[in-house]
Amino acid sequence: MIPSRFRALWRVRSYVEPYRRHVVLMFACAGLSVVATIFIPLVIMAAINGPIAHDDRSALLPMFGLALLLGAAEASLIYGRRWVHSVAVLRIERQIRDDLYVHLQRLPVAFHDKWQTGQLLSRATTDLSTIRRFLGFGAVFFVINALQCLTVLVILLFIWWPLGILVMVSMLPAGWLGKRFGTGYSQVSRLVQDQQGDLATLAEEAATGIRVTKAFGRGPLLQAKFGHAARTLQSSALRSVRLRARFWALLELVPNITMALVVLFGAEAVAHEALSLGGLVAFTTMVVLLQWPIVDLGWILAMAQEAATAADRIYEVMDEPITIADRPGATRLSRPAGMLSFEGVSFAYPGADSEGPLVLRDIELVVEPGETVAVVGATGSGKTTLACLVPRLYDVTAGRVTLDGKDVRDLTLDSLRRHVAMAFEDPVLFSMSVRENLTLGRPDAGEDEIREALALAQADFVYDLPWKLDTRIGEQGMSLSGGQRQRLALARAVIVRPSVLVLDDPLSALDVHTEALVEEALARVLRDTTALVVVHRPSTVALADRVAFLRDGRLAAVGSHAHLMAGDPAYAAVLSGAAGGDSRTPTGGEPASRAAG
Amino acid sequence: MSVSAQEWRGVAAEQAEELPGRISTLLRRRSRRLLASLLRPHRWKALLLVLAVLGANAAMLAGPYLVGVGIDKGIPAVRAGHPQTLFMIVGAMIVAAGVQAVLYWVFVSGAGRVGQELLLDLRQRVFAQFQRLSLAFHERYTSGRVISRLTSDLDAITELLDAGLDTLVTSVLSVVSIGIILLFLDLPLGLVTLSAFVPLVFLSRWFQLNSTVAYRRTRETVALVIVQFTESLGGIRAVQAFRREPRNDEIFADVNDDYRKATERSFRLVGTYWPAIRMVGNVTTAIVLLYGGFRVMDGAMQVGVLAAFLLYVRRFFDPIAEISQFYDSFQGAAAALEKLSGVLEEESTVRMPARPASEPAGGWRGEVRFEDVRFEYRTGVPVLPGLDVTMPAGQTVALLGQTGAGKTTIARLLARFYDPVSGRVLVDGVGLPELSEPQLRRVVAMVTQENFLFSGTVEDNIAFGRPDASQEQIEAAAQAIGAAAFIESLPDGYETDLGKRGSRLSAGQRQLVAFARAFLADPAVLILDEATSSLDVPSERAVQRALRTVLADRTALIIAHRLSTVEIADRVLVLHDGRIVEDGPPSALLESGGHYAQLHEAWRDSLA
Repeated sequence: MIPSRFRALWRVRSYVEPYRRHVVLMFACAGLSVVATIFIPLVIMAAINGPIAHDDRSALLPMFGLALLLGAAEASLIYGRRWVHSVAVLRIERQIRDDLYVHLQRLPVAFHDKWQTGQLLSRATTDLSTIRRFLGFGAVFFVINALQCLTVLVILLFIWWPLGILVMVSMLPAGWLGKRFGTGYSQVSRLVQDQQGDLATLAEEAATGIRVTKAFGRGPLLQAKFGHAARTLQSSALRSVRLRARFWALLELVPNITMALVVLFGAEAVAHEALSLGGLVAFTTMVVLLQWPIVDLGWILAMAQEAATAADRIYEVMDEPITIADRPGATRLSRPAGMLSFEGVSFAYPGADSEGPLVLRDIELVVEPGETVAVVGATGSGKTTLACLVPRLYDVTAGRVTLDGKDVRDLTLDSLRRHVAMAFEDPVLFSMSVRENLTLGRPDAGEDEIREALALAQADFVYDLPWKLDTRIGEQGMSLSGGQRQRLALARAVIVRPSVLVLDDPLSALDVHTEALVEEALARVLRDTTALVVVHRPSTVALADRVAFLRDGRLAAVGSHAHLMAGDPAYAAVLSGAAGGDSRTPTGGEPASRAAG
Repeated sequence: MSVSAQEWRGVAAEQAEELPGRISTLLRRRSRRLLASLLRPHRWKALLLVLAVLGANAAMLAGPYLVGVGIDKGIPAVRAGHPQTLFMIVGAMIVAAGVQAVLYWVFVSGAGRVGQELLLDLRQRVFAQFQRLSLAFHERYTSGRVISRLTSDLDAITELLDAGLDTLVTSVLSVVSIGIILLFLDLPLGLVTLSAFVPLVFLSRWFQLNSTVAYRRTRETVALVIVQFTESLGGIRAVQAFRREPRNDEIFADVNDDYRKATERSFRLVGTYWPAIRMVGNVTTAIVLLYGGFRVMDGAMQVGVLAAFLLYVRRFFDPIAEISQFYDSFQGAAAALEKLSGVLEEESTVRMPARPASEPAGGWRGEVRFEDVRFEYRTGVPVLPGLDVTMPAGQTVALLGQTGAGKTTIARLLARFYDPVSGRVLVDGVGLPELSEPQLRRVVAMVTQENFLFSGTVEDNIAFGRPDASQEQIEAAAQAIGAAAFIESLPDGYETDLGKRGSRLSAGQRQLVAFARAFLADPAVLILDEATSSLDVPSERAVQRALRTVLADRTALIIAHRLSTVEIADRVLVLHDGRIVEDGPPSALLESGGHYAQLHEAWRDSLA
């Protein structure tokens, strides 16, 4: 029933459903105001032909009153339609945007690795307003105009059916044109919308990467890229303009040619006494009423088509499955002892169509409650990936990660992430106060706990900020150095008092002095917290009870730092560079490399 | 321009809730200037398009006339046995329809083309302007707002272009011509009709004032939606790891609802304005009917004239309503233009010279000199109270010091992200402000802490350092810093698409790519800002080995907290509160037993 092009748009009706009364009211207002619009000239004509022609002053006043009333009714009905429109349609738009955002936030990190923010943004803004416009105007006038066409056609058939049939037949090309236009326009508008997304992506990248661009003076390069994308969009937009222009122009022809045919056959009919002259005049007046609905069909169809592709794009994202979610029957994790184990864990980043190469293979590792295990390995050996599996930022490809013997996938996400806190190598701070950033994982943390965590992370500098803990940081606030950000990220993880702490190279941007102080404090916390710490430096390894050494995605060795240093030259090379030696090529077949194979 | 008007220059008015009326006028004028400058190149085309609309309109008006002729002349002719007359009339109707369709096609495609060219022009201007503006601007303005200017504001202008400029042209024409006809038809009635302009003007003024505020608010609120959207998706790992989703949902729902409210306000305004205009038209029509009726009955006017008059009145008010619709779209676009013109009006705090300095004979050597350089991010809180230092060409200088000592600031001043409050920064005796942007980047390049990668291939990202580099040069750069091995192990080698922000790579790998980029750029002065923090020890060593060769013939400023990096330096500067407290070769400083010696000892211990 619904053509496939419009299937996604049709799904939007679930959002319209709660506002069905509004929508009915909107249609009623629109329909009635059209009736009022038609009746006003009729009343005026009646007044001229009646009271005015017959010099009946007392009868003119009621007619004046009626015209005034109809005029007021028309204006109020338009006001009513607009009012309902502003209430319902904007709420529908808001709801879809809210839902889209909620869904996007819950889509797995793997989805976000793949999808550009600009593309997502263009769906949440440009595409949604296209749908809003269609719901508010296109859909309403499509129905109104269709009704007007039907009414006029029925009246025409009543006046003189042969000519009525002629009009109906001559309207058929409009339908055919519309169908043809729809197919072509659907492709072009999809293209335009995708390219708008590409452009948004470039704008977003250029904005977020401004420092690098400045550092290399590559503004002109990005401008050229942006200019190229903007021109590509322009040429697609021009294609859509040309399609529209051709369609609209041809559509204008239809009622005019119809009128010419009506005059031709009507005049013949009148000449041969098959139709009265008054009949023909009435007929032509009615055909004029067909003109606007048909011409309007042009922009309504274009709008509908754009809304349809916009809906396609939105549902494309909405239909992405939230692959990392609570399983049916997932249990809550409460007060875990903190035994973390990786059982035969393999992982591959999901590729475009198939799974990519394995980044982790058959990892077997048990971290006892309260134990701290350092993960050591060369750049790109899979350390961060391993860390991300614990709070289920990614799910394993094979094997399982368990916490207290329970597969993390059988725990509720909320409780898992409540007990597992993570600090990232690349610390993300949000545009909000220091306090909010710190208590992200535990909004109820008290003043003392905040102070303690800040002291631990050597991040007391926040008390020197202009508004102390209430200073806005992140992109829309004070800019902090890499080291400062990293220390806040560490404090943020510690403040959660998690059962399992996952730290991804948390001290890399700190200077030696600060690092030593942080390590000392961190050691106290780690004493009774299970921890997995990704480490690059020998100094940080000292925090760990044991070390897991990753090499090309496999667990090459597990043991104490001293033991590994003594027994595993590859390990020693990664951690101190000592065995690698200064004289040799650093990457040629050394363990540090991730050479093909 | 007065002093206070000066304060509202650029984007200053963006965050303000209420603007003084005078400033509002100023902003409107500024947006109108921008619009005029965008339209100017197309003025002749625009004229042609207006002519096309007028032609199409004339052809359209011929239709009803020909119908009349067809009925009056055609029917008798057929009766008299000359159907040719009817055929000719019908033929004329078809020709008129054809002319109308063709001219309409000319208009729609032509206006579309002009509109698209205008959009392209504006897009590129704004994008280029954002690229030109200094970091100081970007740090205040934030990326979300930049994105919102470049997407949502341009959408608002697209809407204006789609709003049916043809109806505007024909409507204005109809209102003027019919207004004149009305006066000629019957002066008293005509004056009554035209007196409707009094409430119309008041209404429009009311709408203008309120909708300016309302649409301005729409632009603001949509920017906040975009900021929240991009920020939370950009930091999705942290969002999910810290279960921030529910709180973010609330925040987003709030800003989204603010946007809805702002839009609702603007919708309500049009939703009142438009029916109010119809109301004025309808009331006027009724009054004309009553007054005209009495005039006819008094014998002052003929019935036929009144009938015609009333038909014209209808065709007088319909286009006025159309114009008001268009005016609404215009107001929406004007708010966007107000923001965009503000951005375009901003002047970079880091200004490029009108005439760049000429390159020294024999090329840039890379001698760096800071002369009594003072800098502060916030007024009154100097980060560098007065720095004097010279780095001879070819020297490798390591900057040490605690957080907030001013290391990064020195690097940023040398890269000319900012200009000093006072004092000068010179390279080979030439002040940085005298260098053009391309010159500056040939002289100085910087590897920052963040290792930002663009989406695209590895190759694209390395070539960012020098876009005209050959494949061999790119690979050589990767080879030199020890990134070649991991790049070659990627599925498509150098052609591998790195995904969003290089998400396919680990932090260390991203850092290596960033390094390769800097090496390829091959500047006379290279700045490394904590650039090796994510590398494991062997990779860092490899980078350092490469640095030794690469830095041999160029000046380098290295900010490092890892003393291993310092080992390759010829000279160490220890900073404290923006002042140099120690200065000398690493070995000499070690012996002197100061800060550096202590740090070095701590570092030695950390390696154990």
